[in-house]
Amino acid sequence: MKNLKTIGKSKKKIDALSLATGTSKFTDDYDVKNPLFVSFLYSPYAHAEILNIDDKVAKEINGVVDILHYKNVTNQKLHTTAGQGYPEPSPYDTLLFDSKMRYVGDRVAAVIAESKKIADDAVKKIKVEYKKLTPVFNSEKALQKDAPRIHGEERFMPIPVKYEPENNLAAEVEIGFGDIDKGEKEADFIFENKYSTHYASHAAIEPHSVITHFDEMGRLVIITSTQVPFHVRRIVSKVLEYPLSKIRVIKPRIGGGFGGKQEVFLEPIAALITIKHKRPTKIILSRKEVFQSSRTRHPMKIKLKTGVKNNGEITFLNMHALLNTGAYGSHALTIVSNAGSKTLPFFNKIKNIHFLGQSAYTNLPVGGAYRGYGATQGYFALNQQIDIITRKLNLDILEYIKKWHIKTGETSEVFKALGEGTEGVTQIIHSCEIDKCIDQGAKEIDWYNKRDKKITTNEDTVRGVGIGFSMQGSGIPLIDMGSASMKMNDDGSFNLFVGATDIGTGSDTILSQIAAEVLGVSLDKIIVFSSDTDWTPFDVGAYASSTTYVSGTAVKKCAEKIKKQILEVATQMLDTKEKNLSVADEKITDTTTNQSVTLGEIGEYTLYTKDQFQVQASASNVPKLSPPPFIAQFAEVEVDKKTGEIKIIKFVSAVDCGVALNPKLAEGQIEGAAVNGICYALTENYKFSKSGKLTNQTFNDYKIWTANDLPEMKTIIVESDEKTGPFGAKSVGEIGINGPLPAIANAIYDAVGVRLYHAPFTAEKIYSELLKK
Amino acid sequence: MKEKFIINGKEKYLTFDADERLVTSLRNNGFKEVKNGCLEGECGACMILLDDKPVHSCQIFTASVINKNIQTVKGIGDLHFPHIIQNAFVEAGAVQCGFCTPGFIIAAYALLKENSNPTENEIKRAIDGNLCRCTGYVKIIDAIKNASKTIQKEKVEL
Repeated sequence: MKNLKTIGKSKKKIDALSLATGTSKFTDDYDVKNPLFVSFLYSPYAHAEILNIDDKVAKEINGVVDILHYKNVTNQKLHTTAGQGYPEPSPYDTLLFDSKMRYVGDRVAAVIAESKKIADDAVKKIKVEYKKLTPVFNSEKALQKDAPRIHGEERFMPIPVKYEPENNLAAEVEIGFGDIDKGEKEADFIFENKYSTHYASHAAIEPHSVITHFDEMGRLVIITSTQVPFHVRRIVSKVLEYPLSKIRVIKPRIGGGFGGKQEVFLEPIAALITIKHKRPTKIILSRKEVFQSSRTRHPMKIKLKTGVKNNGEITFLNMHALLNTGAYGSHALTIVSNAGSKTLPFFNKIKNIHFLGQSAYTNLPVGGAYRGYGATQGYFALNQQIDIITRKLNLDILEYIKKWHIKTGETSEVFKALGEGTEGVTQIIHSCEIDKCIDQGAKEIDWYNKRDKKITTNEDTVRGVGIGFSMQGSGIPLIDMGSASMKMNDDGSFNLFVGATDIGTGSDTILSQIAAEVLGVSLDKIIVFSSDTDWTPFDVGAYASSTTYVSGTAVKKCAEKIKKQILEVATQMLDTKEKNLSVADEKITDTTTNQSVTLGEIGEYTLYTKDQFQVQASASNVPKLSPPPFIAQFAEVEVDKKTGEIKIIKFVSAVDCGVALNPKLAEGQIEGAAVNGICYALTENYKFSKSGKLTNQTFNDYKIWTANDLPEMKTIIVESDEKTGPFGAKSVGEIGINGPLPAIANAIYDAVGVRLYHAPFTAEKIYSELLKK
Repeated sequence: MKEKFIINGKEKYLTFDADERLVTSLRNNGFKEVKNGCLEGECGACMILLDDKPVHSCQIFTASVINKNIQTVKGIGDLHFPHIIQNAFVEAGAVQCGFCTPGFIIAAYALLKENSNPTENEIKRAIDGNLCRCTGYVKIIDAIKNASKTIQKEKVEL
């Protein structure tokens, strides 16, 4: 890209100084007068019927205002907490307060009080009579005929897809093409393996938070830590049957999301309390509540069967992904779909493919969207399978990937066959530089001097290297929509209003860069304002790696409309033709006379001088495609054969995200995702008691890494030009979390010959596998 | 209770309950720049300087530090007069969601005050009490290195 002033530059994140000086406001930083505080009572049982709730004693405590539960919150509407497009592709299986408890941590009641302390004390005084039911924790057992039934038959899917609550089946999707039997016959070798991935917490450092109050005009204001403000407005309106026009959702600064704040499970409660008591309400979850009762990464079991010819050609691929959605089916269909839709197009020469994705209800914590969204789970299986295949056939895995992956100009039948739980969209790949990613990443990790070398650093430790490749998407085609509006001020600055939701990713900065580039102004001339449902146009929100590609294109279209209006005014002011005009350095120049007007002069002219009007425009964008970014990630590990302990020595990510509109912010996305993925592979996991209670719900017991745990980290941006994206951009937000799990597993095998099909990779697991050898 | 503290160099009276944690008292009395991420002494978002030492303010009873010297991130620098360390975080791309950032700035300040030329390992150890889920720490470490260079070059006393 030539002559770009703002795009491709590592501009400072525009809210960074405000955040670094503590001035920025997060939800809990908003002062509301005399709020009500809320504490929840959670089920101690994984599966139980509530026979009776006695809240008399609790209610009599001084300062307790109200106690809500199934007995007194009537006319409840089934809904999903998944903040997705409408109608949501997730089952309507949730009530605000239910009489049946489906996991340890399910919501029994809410105590509303004058202080948090009073509410906490009162929670302990509520007497609940439970009838314990047999729980089921295992996703395979949950789908068996004699399994305890978790949901009633009144549950339903709002879209026409398979859903059988009577069989604990929260979702099912199946696609296939070609002929699997034919593929089996053609194969010289058949590989069949079972893989599994585990629970994880998003662990955004800001807990889920919401404040509700009535403004001076009597409209309901919801200030909330969300990735999806417009979905919050819709879901609150529908669940409470409260007019959407009377709800205003404000997204302040958000302290991280990673998918966990794509869930609308607190806002309806806070809104209900404010509507009922006409008082502000504040709900801030504790860290324990975030671990137990918010959302998690869905565990997944994947059976993968592939046939391969001697030359490495895959003759068929049969994948069965079984997702454990926990007690409720939030994202149960779409995440299991993505385990296939994001992985299967990668090797697009496979002629015979079958994919079955199923999601099972169990009596465990609830899954939800989580960075990577099924692709992380799917690529764990696919990457190890390719490592196994190439080792068996004695092929160079890097050359193998380069030979068989989908190329620019090619397509995959999977794109059309499998989308978000239903049919997808046909697309051709316009940009793919994974070969360069592999080459540059391999060079950085010094692959060929380390692979299969089993380098020892002392008598007990051995090193190995492994790769994890993947592709993701850029938004959900024909479903996601982003929009923007702009107006010009008298000094030649511009207000940019976007529904796109900056949750810490830097999207406010990226979108401003796009507008600044189109209009030929410096970044400080763009005053961005995001995500207030009263003030900004609609956007589905921050998920599906969509903001840069989907909302960015809306901003680009909008800025181009503004530019057109500016040029029209300039032709009048300079008495010339539009074709003579050039836009640069915040002025418009008539190239035939060299006369120019500044944007400030144009701004003043349009507002004060002649035929006054407001230079303003809006634009929307629904993408037709979802161009995948590509990544190659490499791990070098050291395994202690005496103890099974594993140390990551170096981790390299080489990513093709199209044009990196802001390279530093793009690197930050990859680095954050990679470290999250590394500790997911090694130290993060949910541990449950036999009765299904989460036992490690603190940061002390659930280890996410600190800087002191880091290996050498290297991120390489390999640019490509995605013609369909704004200034050549694709997505970068999620993809970096896919590689660590398989790259580390493959590196462990390279070091000590132990194949770990089941994550996470603890020292105990490695040690016990070493003993078997 | 209502007691005196020295906060960011000024005498301030905080109103608080006898069994209250310092993070809660500070936030309730308007020092919202001190963030609360876990209340269990693990995440470091609530980090402040107490008599120049970095501490997790959620692990301290307010009543136990009456009259003491407390510094929050705003005492280190503000929007109009940012500190070198804050500028370094901005320049390096070390701020993503920014919820953990005030705590990291405090930890970095405490380190650089003691040791203006730390090694990478010393930096990593100094921020071991702070969790960040967004950045993967890479750019935070860069920022502290860059701040250290500027502090030495400009011979700044912290």
